Amino acid sequence: MTGLRTALRRGFDRAERALDQLFGADWNPLAHLGTIGWFLFWTVAITGIYLFVFFDTGVTAAYSSVEWLSQDHWWHAGVARSVHRYASDLMVLVMFTHLIREFAMDRYRGTRWFSWVTGVPVIWFVYLSGITGYWLVWDKLAQYVAVTTTELLDTLGIFGEPIARNFLAPDMLSGRFFTLMVFLHIAIPLLLLLLMWIHIQRITDARTRPPRGLAIILLVALVAGALAFPAPLQGAADLATVPQRIGIDWLLLSLYPVIESVPSGVIWAGVLVFTILLVGLPWLPPKSEGGAAQVFLDFCNGCGRCVADCPYTAITLEPRSDDAPFQFEVAVNSARCVACGICMGSCPSSSPFRRSGDLITGIDLPDYPLAELRAKVIDAAEALTGGAGSGRVLTLACGHGAGQGAAPGRVELPCVAMAPPAIFDYIISRGLADGVCIAGCAERDCQNRFGVEWTRQRIARERDPYLRARVPRERLLTVWAGVTEEKRLGRDIAAFSQRLAALPAFENIRPIADEEKAAVQKTTSRSAAE
Amino acid sequence: MTGRWHHLAMGTLVSLLVVFAVAWLSERPAWQSLPEDVALIRLSFTQSGVRNCRARTEEELAALARNMRQKQICDRRRAPVYVELDLNGTTVLARDLPPTGLSGSGPSRIYQRFELPAGDYDIALRLRDDPAMTGFTNTAERQITLEPAENLAIDYDAEAGGFIFH
Repeated sequence: MTGLRTALRRGFDRAERALDQLFGADWNPLAHLGTIGWFLFWTVAITGIYLFVFFDTGVTAAYSSVEWLSQDHWWHAGVARSVHRYASDLMVLVMFTHLIREFAMDRYRGTRWFSWVTGVPVIWFVYLSGITGYWLVWDKLAQYVAVTTTELLDTLGIFGEPIARNFLAPDMLSGRFFTLMVFLHIAIPLLLLLLMWIHIQRITDARTRPPRGLAIILLVALVAGALAFPAPLQGAADLATVPQRIGIDWLLLSLYPVIESVPSGVIWAGVLVFTILLVGLPWLPPKSEGGAAQVFLDFCNGCGRCVADCPYTAITLEPRSDDAPFQFEVAVNSARCVACGICMGSCPSSSPFRRSGDLITGIDLPDYPLAELRAKVIDAAEALTGGAGSGRVLTLACGHGAGQGAAPGRVELPCVAMAPPAIFDYIISRGLADGVCIAGCAERDCQNRFGVEWTRQRIARERDPYLRARVPRERLLTVWAGVTEEKRLGRDIAAFSQRLAALPAFENIRPIADEEKAAVQKTTSRSAAE
Repeated sequence: MTGRWHHLAMGTLVSLLVVFAVAWLSERPAWQSLPEDVALIRLSFTQSGVRNCRARTEEELAALARNMRQKQICDRRRAPVYVELDLNGTTVLARDLPPTGLSGSGPSRIYQRFELPAGDYDIALRLRDDPAMTGFTNTAERQITLEPAENLAIDYDAEAGGFIFH
């Protein structure tokens, strides 16, 4: 499974790099699949409401009303119908790409199981919405879909009378059936909306709108597609005949040829097995994540910065439970914490400069505490070759980007936003390196949603905790690069090293004293023992 | 052309290609659900089999409250309905249709498709809803010509006189 995920991830990264060139990193559609899904849903909903104004639910009137709006009023209602159809098709494409991408990015296991599992029923409801929509047109394709669907449903044996009998002969079909289908075609998408809302409940500030530019591009493409290829009508349904050759929608109706070709038991078993496998995937095998963040009240004043920065709504503000003179403290919901460490990076107590006592911060990762990060930084600095001023670069690398894996002078983090800005200051002012490279994951889509954004804002002094003004900006390099961009990262670091070597020597260095180093090693060995 | 305009132009171009591909897949390639020279017969009906009933004895009736003295007592379960279909003298369907419901108290049902080459056919249908009887409750014979893609539906309604050809 890991090999498959890695291969897919590298494939996505390469495709996304190409799309970065065409759309720009911030409009990259592969990094906005979720929001595009929402955009397409609303596009389908709005065009559907518009079409409903013209739609008639009579047996013969259904088709004639669709024919009328497609031909006589092609320039508004016809376009709306084509957009309605192509946006629905595109939603299927986007949905499955989203599913495969989240699998490839390993964002479906561990504490992120909730979003994955709640996404599974969304798949079926998208299909049900599309299938009920096709019935309403009541052309030959609709007839084929209606008969094949009802024949399949009848094999369940749960209906008092075979529902396929409704389509036995022209005189047996009632207009009320279309009224029922209209109801279903409204009710099912409403349930779909509810499921989509549940799907995003465990993430902070869930984005449901794509960037405006991307939305405009998509809308223009949909309208142009609708004008160039109006959604076809395949002749009025006629129950006295059987549709033999049908122009099928291979995105929404691709299961129908399969339904015709294999026994119904195989279909139902396949649907069941597919659903169970998909729901169970987060535990096949389960993800071993670091322990959830821990709060140390002696170092927490309840400022709420970690609450604002957590991408997974795992931290909440609670009334103070000790005697400290603060109104709040924070609490971590371990079921939602992915141990990305962003909270640690946001805590104003996360200062590696502290020399008295153990290095403990207000909110810390039990499996990768701030003290260990400081110790790793010191170790990595010792591995750097050359003396002060020679262009030594210490890299703080995201474990999901181009900097993943061990390398001399590199410290790997679950997310670069785990590093508090004070650690950049510490590295430079203690002379551990001439400069710091912050190598995050690709700019278009951070593995932990906000890691890139928060790091940028902290360095730009736009978000607390700010990078101290005394840190020379020219000694910091940020590289946002995906897993397939190791070479670019290497090139950028080499160029940065040359620039650093050309800079005048940094004058405000206060090297780490031996006793401080000993204290760090003592803390590290204690953490390791624990 | 640089920056956002480049992204707008290239992004729109790529999105257009995707939407065109989606539009193409939305109708093509066509699916041949049924061969060109084939027609379809669908035999479907709902018919209740008889119940096994007997007359109550005088003693049994006397033991009941006045308002419950029905002269017959029937099993809850219905008998299966037996149906046969011959095409050009060959029996293609001969089946006991069991009653539906957990207790077998519901009607028997059938929905059966027969895909046939277009052409002339002698159809014979026989139905028996009481296993105790010899012969059949209803029969029907007809000569038909099936055109390619024709859908012939055969229903059954005892009150309307038996088999109905739509």
